Amino acid sequence: MVRLATATLLLLAGAPLALAAEPAASPANVGPSSATEATKPQASELAREPGGSEQSAPVRWQSWRAGNSVLDSSSIQRGARNFMNYCNGCHSLKYMRYQRMADDLQIPTSVMTADLVAPGSSSLDYIGTAMPAADAINWFGKQPPDLSLIARSRTVDYLYQYLKTFYSDPSRPTRSDNLAYPTTAMPAVLSDLEGVKAAVFRDAPGGKVFDHFETISPGNMTPEQFDGFVRDIVNFLDYVGDPSQVERRRIGLFVVLFLLALTALAYMLKKEYWKDVH
Amino acid sequence: MAQGSLDKSGYRGASRNGLWAWINRRLPVDAFLRSQVLEYYAPKNFNFWYFFGSLALVVLVLQLLTGIYLTMFYKVGATTSFDSVEFIMREVPFGWLIRYLHSTGASAFFIAVYLHMYRSLLYGSYKAPRELLWLFGMLIYLTLMAEAFLGYVLPWGNMSYWAATVIINLFGTIPGIGPGLVEWIRGDYGVADATLNRFFSLHVVAVPLILLLLVALHLVALHEVGSNNPDGVEIKDRKDARGKPLDGIPFHPYYTVKDIVGVCAFLVALAIVVFFVPTLGDVFLEKANFEPANPLSTPDPISPSWYFTPYYAILRAVPDQRIGALLMLIAVMSFFFLPWLDRSPVRSMRYRGWISRLFLALFTISFLGLMYLGMQPAQEPYVTLSRIFAVPYFLYFWLMPWYSKIDRVKPVPERVTYHG
Amino acid sequence: MSEVGAMTDHPQPEIDEGRRKFLTVATGVTAAVGAVVAAVPFVASWTPSERARALGAPVEVDLSKLQTGQMITPTWRLKPIYIVRRDQAMVDKLPQNDNRLKDPKSQSSIQPEYARNEMRSRRADLLVLIGICTHLGCLPKQFFDAGDPVLGADWPGGFRCPCHGSRFDLAGRVFDGSPASTNLVVPPYSFRDQNTLIIGLDSPEKGAA
Repeated sequence: MVRLATATLLLLAGAPLALAAEPAASPANVGPSSATEATKPQASELAREPGGSEQSAPVRWQSWRAGNSVLDSSSIQRGARNFMNYCNGCHSLKYMRYQRMADDLQIPTSVMTADLVAPGSSSLDYIGTAMPAADAINWFGKQPPDLSLIARSRTVDYLYQYLKTFYSDPSRPTRSDNLAYPTTAMPAVLSDLEGVKAAVFRDAPGGKVFDHFETISPGNMTPEQFDGFVRDIVNFLDYVGDPSQVERRRIGLFVVLFLLALTALAYMLKKEYWKDVH
Repeated sequence: MAQGSLDKSGYRGASRNGLWAWINRRLPVDAFLRSQVLEYYAPKNFNFWYFFGSLALVVLVLQLLTGIYLTMFYKVGATTSFDSVEFIMREVPFGWLIRYLHSTGASAFFIAVYLHMYRSLLYGSYKAPRELLWLFGMLIYLTLMAEAFLGYVLPWGNMSYWAATVIINLFGTIPGIGPGLVEWIRGDYGVADATLNRFFSLHVVAVPLILLLLVALHLVALHEVGSNNPDGVEIKDRKDARGKPLDGIPFHPYYTVKDIVGVCAFLVALAIVVFFVPTLGDVFLEKANFEPANPLSTPDPISPSWYFTPYYAILRAVPDQRIGALLMLIAVMSFFFLPWLDRSPVRSMRYRGWISRLFLALFTISFLGLMYLGMQPAQEPYVTLSRIFAVPYFLYFWLMPWYSKIDRVKPVPERVTYHG
Repeated sequence: MSEVGAMTDHPQPEIDEGRRKFLTVATGVTAAVGAVVAAVPFVASWTPSERARALGAPVEVDLSKLQTGQMITPTWRLKPIYIVRRDQAMVDKLPQNDNRLKDPKSQSSIQPEYARNEMRSRRADLLVLIGICTHLGCLPKQFFDAGDPVLGADWPGGFRCPCHGSRFDLAGRVFDGSPASTNLVVPPYSFRDQNTLIIGLDSPEKGAA
């Protein structure tokens, strides 16, 4: 009993260590913020109408959380479609095969071939991109990175923040910039859906600090629709980063339960033999 | 009771049947089982701290098995390694499971080994006549650190690349031969394909063989002197009429059956991590390693795996490169001297005075503190804190000849304390 | 005596040997079951990976340029596939070989149901075989002309394996006197249209074999 308790304690002690070790998702992440209430950006945090004069606290975009669940397969399906339509033009998913995606997400072959597979590719191919590397370097200065593992190397929260913090900046070649990744080479490709927004900065000791967004022109989607759109893409990228994760957890449940039963049996066996020892 | 047998275990010995007798005339299996397991007596008062030796052995087997399987699919090479790991994760049936078992097993190995070593600090298991046993254990620890470092480079992620670069550069601090040595280790002008390939050979073949040899020597040395115990009482000092230690029990069936419980409980913890949180935040599998190696971009922040971070914190605490490396080396090597630094007349902390306990407690806090600090970015307040925490670490060892001698001790009992 | 490790004054409980045996067996059996289940991922990891299965996907072959009496050899699942264009005369003569064949009705040979006929194919004009001798795995050579100087005046046309001399007719069936004992294997195949052969699929709509 003491052993079991201590072992559990060790594991639990490891958890804060693990959490403490997690580096900030973005450079300016300061202080603990409640993950639950900060998951979804409040309406007031999304782009405001220009000319508003409220002196409220700066929008803490660093605490926005993706809040996705890889168990939500319809979300991932939508994310797959969103990705193919808006991202695949420049970004490849070179470790993922179309067929694997179809099997995992229960997408029928006809839909897969019609909507998702690039012309000229077979469903067994890895998901490439049509953009030639040389042209990409010419236009953007570098090749748009492959996104197979982006959710694992950057975290889903960062991806969510990145896709939602583009703002208009006419001084840059792409005429936009990004709060989560300043000087990004990627243009604001989703602006026809989200609309165009400006970032308003405020003076603070040590330089300018981001305060809030202001709408310049609306997009085709409402803020809620766009938010769902982005979450679906992020959920999809979470799946692509580690496709076996759902199966892994399902198997894991059985394994852990079995091992607990085995431990109980072994413990009873030990107690029985150790009656001899005084 | 049948002649020449021990009915506790049900083993009836070499007279069992013709085949067994035939084998035993040619290979001393029966004699080995008797002397090492059935008639090998261990103290009856082993507690929780005594699980971790057998657990370390279990993890060693796990790493060998999963490592062998990974090598069937991994393709070493600067242009192929990273892709082959993703191939294992996505396209090899259950490849993800084999990979996660191996990555979690590496951390589990260090958890077991650190707790196993800590037991020795608690109960004075390094003191005479167990000094050589302790030295073999320390050599295993060093070999394990080498094996873990080599293995971490193999996925050729960005952290793999930069960990290799930084650690190999440490050898450059050696006066005179440093720079030449660094290039010799790398086999190229920077960490490159040549480095990766030789690390693969060392990790898969050479170092496991060394590790197996050291583990065998460690066990032989253990069986020669017998285990210590939480009271630090030498059970061989008091024997019964048949020559068996009064406070000893045969390893089989009592400790086989007890260690099985430990193994099962350990497997529960292992399974929880492998199946539910294999990256464990960012601790067991770091985010930066999901990007391929990039010589033009250092991960920010950068730190080694958690089991190295106490020493890394000490390295970073010193503003001078050479002195920092030297202090880090001394931090690791101090353990080797423990049997001779410790001048206490008693073994176990249970019977030592408050000074020894205080220093051990401070050492424990500083080790864990340095472990945490080594994972943080190299900025304030972590650097200053590392300097503060490093002090009790070194004082534990280097003041020990003094405080272990002057400390008041309690009377050590003649027999072990056991409440069945 | 049941106590171990110390002499005490306490009355000793009797060892319940039955309980010990039961618990040992129960724990042992459970652990053995666990070990077998744990072995499954390791054994399964040796089955062909997704990459191997993708590379072993069905292959489409264009037959429009294949002349009568000619053979093309595309690869499917790392094996050579012999595709021969036969004319009606070749097919009509096939039954004449029956009494010189080891397995004229293909009863112990391997082929899909639709190839278990006299001509061992879906269509008379096309023979599709896996070009690996069923003896020890060499690639048989083509000798399609009847009456070959080396093979004899009564040679009806077919294949001969260079390694140990096994002979097969123009339906891939093995002749008596050959070291091989079964006919050449017919792979699953189907036609997308008149001139497009799909090797590896029994029908164009189904998944891979």
